[in-house]
Amino acid sequence: MLQVISLLVENKPGALMRITGLLSARGYNIESLTVARTLDPVLSRMTIVVDVDPSLRKLVIKQMNRLINVLQASDLTDAPSICHELVLIRVRAPRENRTAILKEAEIFHARVVDSSVEGFVLEVTGATEKLEEFIAVLQGYGEIEVTRSGVAAVSLEAKKLKLAPPIPTAAGEAGNYTEKDEVVNA
Amino acid sequence: MATLMNGARILLDCLVHEGVEAIFGYPGGVTLPLYDALYEHEVRHILVRHEQNAAFAAQGYARATGKVGVCCATSGPGATNLVTGLVDALLDSIPIVAITGQVPNKLIGSDAFQEADTFGITRSCTKHNYLVKDINDLPQIVHEAFYIAASGRPGPVLVDIPKDIFLGQAHYQPLKAIHLPGYKLVLDGHVGQIRRAAQMMWEAERPMVYAGGGIIHSGAHEELRELVEILDAPCVNTLMGLGALPGKHPNFISMPGMHGSYAANMGMYNTDLLIALGVRFDDRVTGRLKDFAPYARVIHVDIDPAEIGKNRVADLPIVGDCKRVMKKVNKALRELEPELAPKSADARSAWRQQIADWKAEHPLEPVFSDTEIKPQHLMAEINRLSDGKAIVTSDVGQHQMWAAQLIRYDAPRLWINSGGLGSMGFGLPSAMGAQLAFPDKLVFAVLGDGGFQMSLPELATIAAERLPIKIVVMNNGYLGMVRQWQELFFNNRLSASTMSSFPEVEHLGAAYGIPGRTVKKPEHLRGVLEAAVAEPGPYLLNIEVSPFENVYPMVPAGGAINEMVLSQPNPVPVP
Repeated sequence: MLQVISLLVENKPGALMRITGLLSARGYNIESLTVARTLDPVLSRMTIVVDVDPSLRKLVIKQMNRLINVLQASDLTDAPSICHELVLIRVRAPRENRTAILKEAEIFHARVVDSSVEGFVLEVTGATEKLEEFIAVLQGYGEIEVTRSGVAAVSLEAKKLKLAPPIPTAAGEAGNYTEKDEVVNA
Repeated sequence: MATLMNGARILLDCLVHEGVEAIFGYPGGVTLPLYDALYEHEVRHILVRHEQNAAFAAQGYARATGKVGVCCATSGPGATNLVTGLVDALLDSIPIVAITGQVPNKLIGSDAFQEADTFGITRSCTKHNYLVKDINDLPQIVHEAFYIAASGRPGPVLVDIPKDIFLGQAHYQPLKAIHLPGYKLVLDGHVGQIRRAAQMMWEAERPMVYAGGGIIHSGAHEELRELVEILDAPCVNTLMGLGALPGKHPNFISMPGMHGSYAANMGMYNTDLLIALGVRFDDRVTGRLKDFAPYARVIHVDIDPAEIGKNRVADLPIVGDCKRVMKKVNKALRELEPELAPKSADARSAWRQQIADWKAEHPLEPVFSDTEIKPQHLMAEINRLSDGKAIVTSDVGQHQMWAAQLIRYDAPRLWINSGGLGSMGFGLPSAMGAQLAFPDKLVFAVLGDGGFQMSLPELATIAAERLPIKIVVMNNGYLGMVRQWQELFFNNRLSASTMSSFPEVEHLGAAYGIPGRTVKKPEHLRGVLEAAVAEPGPYLLNIEVSPFENVYPMVPAGGAINEMVLSQPNPVPVP
C-alpha cells in the first residue's frame, strides 16, 4: 500500500541519501519524492510516496525520526492532509483536435503554458487520481508526453515541532539559548 | 584567543577535549599530516596490523570502559577495511568514532589514487557520518561525532577528512556548544507508564526479567539487581547483557535463546509478564516469533523508540534510558509492595520453584573426559581462574556459545564479544583494546581456531605493545558452528568446514616473541592455564579439544524456544 511520508530535514549533504537509503535497504521502491527548501533556508521539506508493507509503516517513520538530519517525519497516509502534484503534458494537437483539447483542459482546470503548430504543453495540478484521469483523457487524442512532479503534501493539522536544545562541549557551556530559537519557519 | 593551526592539530585538540587517551590506527598517504601532528602529541597511537582490527580494538576499549573508542584509517582501502568493524559496532550499539582520511576536496570524484566514496559506503554502517568540506566546520563535526556516538543508543560515527583539511590553517578556538536540533533524546520515561509497569510487575504471577546490552550501556546494573531483588524474580541476561546481573546471583538463570539454558528458555516460554529491559527481541533470542513468550504481556523499556514494537508488540512501552527509568520503577515497586505484593506471593513462590526445578532438570554444566579436553572443560577452567573478575573476549561460533554458557561475570563490561554481527576475528583485537584500557586486569581472548587465524597479524601488535593478553585458542580443527549445522541440517556433508593445518603455536609464538604452548591432555590443562596467567606478558595457548563436540541446548533456526534439542540427537559418523 502506498504510504505518504512528510519530512522536515536539515538541508545538509547526505540527508537525502540517508532517508532514501533507509527505504532502499528494505527493497522498497519509491513511487515519488519531492524536496525543496522551506522558509528557513537551512531546512527542507520532503514528501515521499512509497510502497511499504502496512505492518511496517510505523517502524519506517520511527527509523526516519532516528536519523540525525531529520527534524520530523510524519505519516500522512491516513491523516487529514492535502496531497497534490503538478503535471506537465505535451500533447500533439493537429488543427481538428485543438478546440477539443482546450475544452478538456478547461474541465480539468489545466493551463496552456506553451502553444505551437504541433500542439500544446498543458500544466495541471491537483490530487493524483484527478490528474491520472486527465492523462487518460488526453491519451485519447494520440501520443502524449508526461512529466510529473510527484506528490507534495501538507498536513491540515498543526503539529508542534520539538527540537533538541544545544549541548555544551567539554570546553564550554550552552550559553544563551532560549526557547524562541526553537521556533522554525517551516 | 583563537590560535592559527592546521586541521590535523585542530582534530587532535578536539580529541583531547573529548578525553581521548588512545587511537587505534594505521597510517597512509592522505593521513600523513595527521600522523605528523601525532608524532609529538600526548594522544597515544596504537599501530595495528590491519584496519579492521583498529575498529575492533576501539570497540574493545569502548566495551570495557564505556567511553568512546577511536580508530583511524587512511582513504580508500584503509576506510573500506573499517567497514566490518563499523557495522559490528552499529549492531551491538558500541560508541566508537572512526577518523578516515580522504583525497583532497578538489580530487573527490575523480577516481584519484586510493579514493573511495567513504561517506557513501559507510552511510548505512554508522549511526551518523560526516565528510568535512570546510576546515572551519571541523571542531563542530568532531564534537558532534563524539556526542552522537556516546549518547542515546550508542553507535559508531565516522568522520571523513580530506587531506587539504588536515593541511589547511584556521583560527581555532575550542567550541563551547553543539546543536543538533533533530537529535531528540527521550531519557526519563513516562511517569504514568512507569507507575503502571510497577503495578503490572506486582500483579504478575510468573514474572521474568529479560535484560540485555542496554543495561550495560546505561550503567543500570545496580538498578537491575535492585529490581530483581525487590520482585525476587528470575532474570535472564542476553548474550550482550551477560554481567548485567552478577553470574553468581541466585536469581540469575543464564542466557536465553538458540543456545540458552533450558531453564531460561522454559522460563521465557511460560512467563506471564516479560520485563524486557534494554533488549531488542533478536531472532537468536526469540526463535519463532509467534511462539515466543506466548502467555506473556510485555513491558519493554528501551532508549530507542524504533525498537519498541519492532519484533514483538509491547503491552506497556517505556521509551527512556534504562538507568533513569528503572530507578523510578524501583521506587514505585517499593511504594506498591505492601499493597500488591501479598496477592501474588503464593503464585510467585511456586514460579520460583518451577524455575529451580528446570535448572536442576537440565543444568548448564561442563562436560569432562579423561582422554580428551572437552571444550566445556576448557571454559570451566577459565571460569575458575577468572572467578568472575577477568575480562573475556571471544570470536564467533561454538567457543563463543560455550564461553557464554559457562563463564560467569561479577560485573558488567567483562564479557566482550561480537553479538549482533557475529564477526569472526573480533576476539583478539577487541582484547587489545580492553587490555590497553585496563593494563593490570587479567584478559583472556578466547578464540576459535578459525577466528584466531583471521586475526593472526595482531600478534605483532600485542608483542610490540607488550599487552599481557592470555590468548586461548579452542582448537577443534573445524569451523565448529558451521560443521554443527552441516551435521544437523545438511546430512553431515562437511563442505569447507574442515580446518586442516594449524600453525604450531610454539613456533608461531616464538616468531613474535610470545611464549606458546599446545595442550592435548585434560590433566595438563589446569597447570598450563595457571602458568599462562602467572606469566607477566602475553601467552598463546593452543588447546586441542575434542573435535566433534557440539553446542547444546539448541533451538533450531525458526523453532520455538521451548523446542530445544538438549543433546546430540544421533551419533554422528566420523567422516
